Amino acid sequence: MNKLRGRVWKYGPDINTDVIIPGRYCHITEPKELAKYCMADLDPEFVNKMSPGDIIVAGGNFGCGSSREVAPLSIKATGTAAVVAPSFARIFYRNAINIGFPIFESTEAYDRINEGDEVEIDPDAGEIRDLTTGETFKSGAFPEFVQEIMAKGGLSRYAEERLAAGV
Amino acid sequence: MGMTITEKILAAHAGKDVVRPGEIHMVKVDVNLANELSAALAIDEFKKIEGASRIKDPKTAVFVPDHFTPNKDITTAKLVQRVREFALDQEAIWFEIGRAGIEHCVLPQNGLVGPGDLIIGGDSHTTTYGALGAFATGVGSTDVAVAWAIGETWLKVPPTIKFVYKGAVRPWVVGKDVILFTIGKITVDGATYKAMEFHGEALATMPFASRFSMANMSIEAGAKNGIFHVDELTREFLAGVHKEGYTEYQSDPDADYDDVIEIDVSDIEPQVAYPSLPGNAHPISEAPKVRVDQVVIGTCTNGWIEDMRQAADVLRGQKVAMGLRCIIVPGSQIVYKQALKEGLIDVFAEADCIVSTSTCGPCIGGHMGVLGDDEVCVSTTNRNFVGRMGARSAQIYLANPAVAAASAVAGELTGPESIVGSRAPVPIDREPVAA
Ligand code: SF4
Repeated sequence: MNKLRGRVWKYGPDINTDVIIPGRYCHITEPKELAKYCMADLDPEFVNKMSPGDIIVAGGNFGCGSSREVAPLSIKATGTAAVVAPSFARIFYRNAINIGFPIFESTEAYDRINEGDEVEIDPDAGEIRDLTTGETFKSGAFPEFVQEIMAKGGLSRYAEERLAAGV
Repeated sequence: MGMTITEKILAAHAGKDVVRPGEIHMVKVDVNLANELSAALAIDEFKKIEGASRIKDPKTAVFVPDHFTPNKDITTAKLVQRVREFALDQEAIWFEIGRAGIEHCVLPQNGLVGPGDLIIGGDSHTTTYGALGAFATGVGSTDVAVAWAIGETWLKVPPTIKFVYKGAVRPWVVGKDVILFTIGKITVDGATYKAMEFHGEALATMPFASRFSMANMSIEAGAKNGIFHVDELTREFLAGVHKEGYTEYQSDPDADYDDVIEIDVSDIEPQVAYPSLPGNAHPISEAPKVRVDQVVIGTCTNGWIEDMRQAADVLRGQKVAMGLRCIIVPGSQIVYKQALKEGLIDVFAEADCIVSTSTCGPCIGGHMGVLGDDEVCVSTTNRNFVGRMGARSAQIYLANPAVAAASAVAGELTGPESIVGSRAPVPIDREPVAA
């Protein structure tokens, strides 16, 4: 996987999917349209100030609450390259993997990286480098099965293989 | 080493004798639920899966349109239309409004879920069915689509935290209070990726619906699933909905637990979770007397008949405070009809409450009771996140139906005793015998 590089937007812990994409926009399925409302109830300015390639660094339990897949979809649709957090709520984690959106777990990165820093992530090495401060952080490796799903390009590709094999 | 009930159900569905926490397995899905929102995305994804044109086992696929129904506007009408056409064309199980209600009340009440089942759903509160001794968890739309295609999903076996509830609940305390207290104690990510297994003598002192509320809100502690063992009360519920042919699993005495947490429920008062996290729980006696604009009683957390009875017990002969809206949302058409039969709808109407159609509407800030700027709502729903029920500046306090009803009458956040005095609550676990 290619390296990711961008500017950091930083948020606190327990960011829930309701503030990422409020219920009133949940009937939207078109990614471009969803992108307009990303973080609407957390930081309405986010979509105006961010640029594609930027990286979100947030506190633990990121993406808690509803199972809405439109939450990671809306973040992905803004062009955000990745989310780094000490931990992710489980359905958000699952959804991100299933749709092929990069997420990285690191407590240190959250503690040390500041808003506005330039950060580079090497997904294969699991390394998060703060180019502004020069510090490097390790992110935990994904379980093998999850890596396999991501390598295939998402869960649906896995299903296609199963269907083709007739099992 | 033994296995927990969660591990046993996962093992049975993975075709293994033993599974251990941390392992990832492909498991067979017995019931695959989607509401209109998760279904719409899942249908798009399903159509992109090469080689999938029909749902592998359409009798496992259940569709309940509940979030924006009855259709809120043309956009949502189109969305529901699309989902309806797909579900009917696939010969899956489609619940039209009028026969349905909120998904998590509809499935148990129609005998679609039972002990030993493995259930996934494109809705985080799919955890509700753990009340019946099932493994049930929320997933995303891609998961739903893939399970339509291959009848299976991937799951990581969660470690289990065992909760043992001792003592007997106090008057007016129900499962909602016990789970709010529990989340307050372990925090909103206290059970992330884990199973919450509920035990203890105190469970028998609560109405059966309390288990649905507790399993429902286990996701609010980050849990993968919440689960109860089957007992006489469960079997009675299942007989009432004509559910047969299920498998009862039990945790082994030597099962391995991540943690064991004992809670004496006789210490627990009715709880209130202050804005804007469900874990922000406090006893009602310490709650500030904030002025309230709207009260919502019902939905998938507290929309069961027991909840309607508890609310009616407080609202009987009372009037909702001037300037306050009290919206009652029975969890399903079945609950609505039972409430009609028991005269509860009369009690609500006489108290100047509005009885809404069974919908997610207000809970998700969608329609049928959206909050305006700075408004305060006392709600029996499960989430008090910023903006959840409407305006970003609105404030949501989560509580049980008795506290919500009392607050509706008083016009401020308060407990039932301030309305009905010290009299004992009417028992809510049985249909009242006609006088
Ligand atoms: S009532 Fe609320 S919590 Fe329950 S399914 Fe509907 S939106 Fe979700």
